[in-house]
Amino acid sequence: MSKIIEGLFYSESQEYVRVEGEYGYIGITDYAQHELGNVVYVDMPEVDDEVTAGEDFGAVESTKAASDLMSPVSGTVVEVNEALEDEPGLVNKDAFENWIIKVQLSDKGELDNLMDAAAYKAFIGE
Amino acid sequence: MNNTYYGKLIFELSKEGRQGYSLPKNELGDYCMENLPANLMRGKAPALPQVDELTVVRHYTNMSNNNFGVDTGFYPLGSCTMKYNPKINEEMAAHHAFTCLHPLQDIDTVQGALEVYYSLQQTLAELAGLKEFTLNPFAGAHGELTGLMVMRSYHLSRHDEQRTKVIVPDSAHGTNPASAAVCGLDVVVVKSRPDGTVDVDDLRPLLDDTVAGMMMTNPNTLGIFEHNIAEIAKLVHDAGGLMYYDGANLNPMLGVCRPGDLGFDIMHINLHKTFSTPHGGGGPGSGPVGVRQGLEQFLPNPRVIRHDEEDGHYYTIGESDNSLGYVSGFLGNFAVMMRAYTYLLTLGRENVKWVGPLATLNANYVKESLKDCYELPLTGVCKHEFVFDGLKDKSTGVTTLDVAKRLLDYGFHAPTIYFPLLFHEAMMIEPTENESKETLDSFIEVMRTIAREAHEQPDMVKSAPHNTPVRRLDDTKAALDQIVTYRELNG
Amino acid sequence: MTYKFFPHTDEDIRSMLRTCGEQKLEDLYKDIPGELVFKREYDLPEAMSEVEVRRFFDELGGYNEPLTCFVGAGCYDHYSPAVVSDILRRSEFLTSYTPYQAEISQGTLQYIFEFQSMMAELTGMEVSNASMYDGCTATAEAMMMAVANAKKRNKVLISSTVNPIVIRVVETYAKFHGVEVERIAEENGVTSRADFEDKIARDDVAGVIVATPNFYGIIEDYTGWADLCHEHKALLVMNCVASALGVVKTPGEWGADIAVGDGQSLGVPMNFGGPYVGFLCTTKKLIRKMPGRIVGATVDADGKRTFVLTLQAREQHIRREKASSNICSNQSLMALYVTIYMSLMGPDGLRKVNELGYSGAHYLAERLCATGKFEMAFPDKPFLNEFAVKTNLDIDDFQEQCRFMGIQAGLKIADNTLLLCVTEARSKAEIDELIEQVEQLTSQEEN
Repeated sequence: MSKIIEGLFYSESQEYVRVEGEYGYIGITDYAQHELGNVVYVDMPEVDDEVTAGEDFGAVESTKAASDLMSPVSGTVVEVNEALEDEPGLVNKDAFENWIIKVQLSDKGELDNLMDAAAYKAFIGE
Repeated sequence: MNNTYYGKLIFELSKEGRQGYSLPKNELGDYCMENLPANLMRGKAPALPQVDELTVVRHYTNMSNNNFGVDTGFYPLGSCTMKYNPKINEEMAAHHAFTCLHPLQDIDTVQGALEVYYSLQQTLAELAGLKEFTLNPFAGAHGELTGLMVMRSYHLSRHDEQRTKVIVPDSAHGTNPASAAVCGLDVVVVKSRPDGTVDVDDLRPLLDDTVAGMMMTNPNTLGIFEHNIAEIAKLVHDAGGLMYYDGANLNPMLGVCRPGDLGFDIMHINLHKTFSTPHGGGGPGSGPVGVRQGLEQFLPNPRVIRHDEEDGHYYTIGESDNSLGYVSGFLGNFAVMMRAYTYLLTLGRENVKWVGPLATLNANYVKESLKDCYELPLTGVCKHEFVFDGLKDKSTGVTTLDVAKRLLDYGFHAPTIYFPLLFHEAMMIEPTENESKETLDSFIEVMRTIAREAHEQPDMVKSAPHNTPVRRLDDTKAALDQIVTYRELNG
Repeated sequence: MTYKFFPHTDEDIRSMLRTCGEQKLEDLYKDIPGELVFKREYDLPEAMSEVEVRRFFDELGGYNEPLTCFVGAGCYDHYSPAVVSDILRRSEFLTSYTPYQAEISQGTLQYIFEFQSMMAELTGMEVSNASMYDGCTATAEAMMMAVANAKKRNKVLISSTVNPIVIRVVETYAKFHGVEVERIAEENGVTSRADFEDKIARDDVAGVIVATPNFYGIIEDYTGWADLCHEHKALLVMNCVASALGVVKTPGEWGADIAVGDGQSLGVPMNFGGPYVGFLCTTKKLIRKMPGRIVGATVDADGKRTFVLTLQAREQHIRREKASSNICSNQSLMALYVTIYMSLMGPDGLRKVNELGYSGAHYLAERLCATGKFEMAFPDKPFLNEFAVKTNLDIDDFQEQCRFMGIQAGLKIADNTLLLCVTEARSKAEIDELIEQVEQLTSQEEN
């Protein structure tokens, strides 16, 4: 059974946002990392890039699959998790601890379009 | 197999001062390459191996022993049409009167080669029910790209710039969308119905004046004939689009249907699938593109043109103003065309028509003989291939990958696995017309044995293969380490 | 239907149909609407026996004329060691598929790893893929790679000294892919530095494509080009004649980001245009942007060193429309061809091949000019084994006369310009024969 954390916002394309003030930390869910298998590469944007809700900002690759990263929210990238460049497998170790990008949110209202932990749990059928 | 002494790389057999070549003496030694400006020359010689001739011969001969080919054994790889590659093809492709020709030689001195090109394209046109083929594309994906360029050129010639949408079924091979993207077109996916065929109701709303065309295989990736093809073609044509036939699954149609008669306007053929040229470990292939009358003008340059005169005919290499442009340096993989033409001359009209029916018989025979042990999601007659969704009994935890690896232990190549994406445990099996009932029976027996083993010794199956030159490989390590040259391996 | 490629006896067919619950072969097609079924005979010749097939191609081959070849321009008549074609006929290599099942494909995987290693050495780059179709499409792929890398730019510069057959393929791909291709002017046989500096300074260029040696056989000086490209955030792409890289400065040494070209010059038979083998090498940094297959080293369950297709998530079968390219089949067997060739030749053999070509070409150039009928098109420009000459002779007449003597006397590239090439496969006697033709034509004209 996959790990799900209370208080985060979840998208149907299996990303989460952890909101801290005006910033959001975006990563893929534990369920998603499990489905993908051993992650071997995370394609990330650059700092200052703009991301838009519902549009891709990168990709996660395992040996057998690749999955686009869809941003659950809009905003400006203020930090990327550089540790994933050297050790992409961190996503498998703890997907919630190892977020992918940190974004300055441009519209907090977008969070209303995302699922909470309970809704997400039902969504993945667990 | 797997003589470990020869498990080395050629670089590891190198010794300073050895050589494997013989070259003529320099009769013109007064001209000295050292006269070239030093700043334009490489600093030090490339670190290529230095080996004698016999070492090279043994090295590659032993390496070949770690490979499995169609000549080695049954190769039921779905969608790949691993048919027998007749030896006479190789002999003809090596004919000196053809191999010695420079592609830019004067036209009068290459008439034989041009006749091979022209006659083969006309033979393909007859088999496909289309007007003309270009043989310039180098492979199936290259043919797809070329065919889409023809489609785009046609629309542009009619000032239909907005037609950029290509409809592709969800069961399509990944090259279809990738080729469309390279061609600057947008992919729209149409759903399949539970029986695996295109959902016509899902298609209708997609058809508007932005549609460039629709790409399909028929039979489709599941080996099912799209029986609504006439309706689909009419809908797409009425919307102003063109129908593209992906020739990956052409084999079962030989002697039965012609894509042109089904309503297709453009198609590519994989000579390395349907027309018996060898796959060569991944190439070279050849991906001829055929079109219906009216679209010839858009085919890539250069084109081979036949001129009939009173005392015979001759060929020239021409260019068309409306052509899409150039997709190859010269006239494509000519030696591959020599093989395919040899094959078609050898088969002749009286035999080519049995290719489809016998390939289809073999596929149905295997399917019916195994459907009690393996999950058959789509029942009824298939064409050249069919898909199992893994073992019928899923309780053992033995996956399609495990079954595939265990097959290797028994001396068979694995089917295509985890494609199409419609099923979780897809296992796609295509036995060609060249396989005997005895071969198929032994394959069926082994597949049944593996189903039994999955029950009795699941761990053994999950750790297969056991008898191959090497065991299961660590894909993750390869992707993380990214060691792709000897220099990296060594240092 | 008894035939050598069909093992089915009538009894086999009956019993197999029984298993399928069908009566006759046509029943297997009962799901196809009748009006779609092809009912007549194919309009094709009857089957030929092997005796007849051999006779057929012998006769057809008679309409070809093998010529003593002094043309290059993208295809070179080099010596091909007997070992290579012999090993290529081994059916374990010839009749295998793409090495997806690594456990029974180590032969293919290992030679691709060796090919990648050798191409990286030859080009001076860090990584190579498992091959492309040909040099033209490899260059077009490099163009798309540069544009994908730049993200927001879609213009590529290409030097006018790149082989025109390469340029026209690049331009075709560009037209459909939505890329703008602008030519850099030519000046006296080499790329105009001033025009390059002017165009790169506009800061809208994703990549710059140049050639070494160029279409005229000239080894251009690209000192400072890579720096200027990088300063303006563009990639430098070099299209190369593979064999020449045994001696001329490599793309790696010039600081290029991508090296592409055709491997045909590494002993591959001319074969009227194919199959050859394209190559694409680049830096480690750009490896994920590289199209096509890549083989990497790993270990198996017993810890033994093995090879496997890797970084596959970039490829079309997984990434579909987001893949870095649509390439699927490549020219694998031809990659084996040049791998064995390079193993046999080694660094010394490759150098000697270039020395022989250099000597022959410079001898021919000097003797042609000595006739007074030809002059170098680009005097003082350094060349290896290919060069352009100007003449007042009617080139068509000259070539026709040579052809009558069994010689292909170069390629006419302009009304008064001829491109000639000499490889180690041309003897002094053959070169002298070509010069003899010039002298004869001259004396005919004088009479």
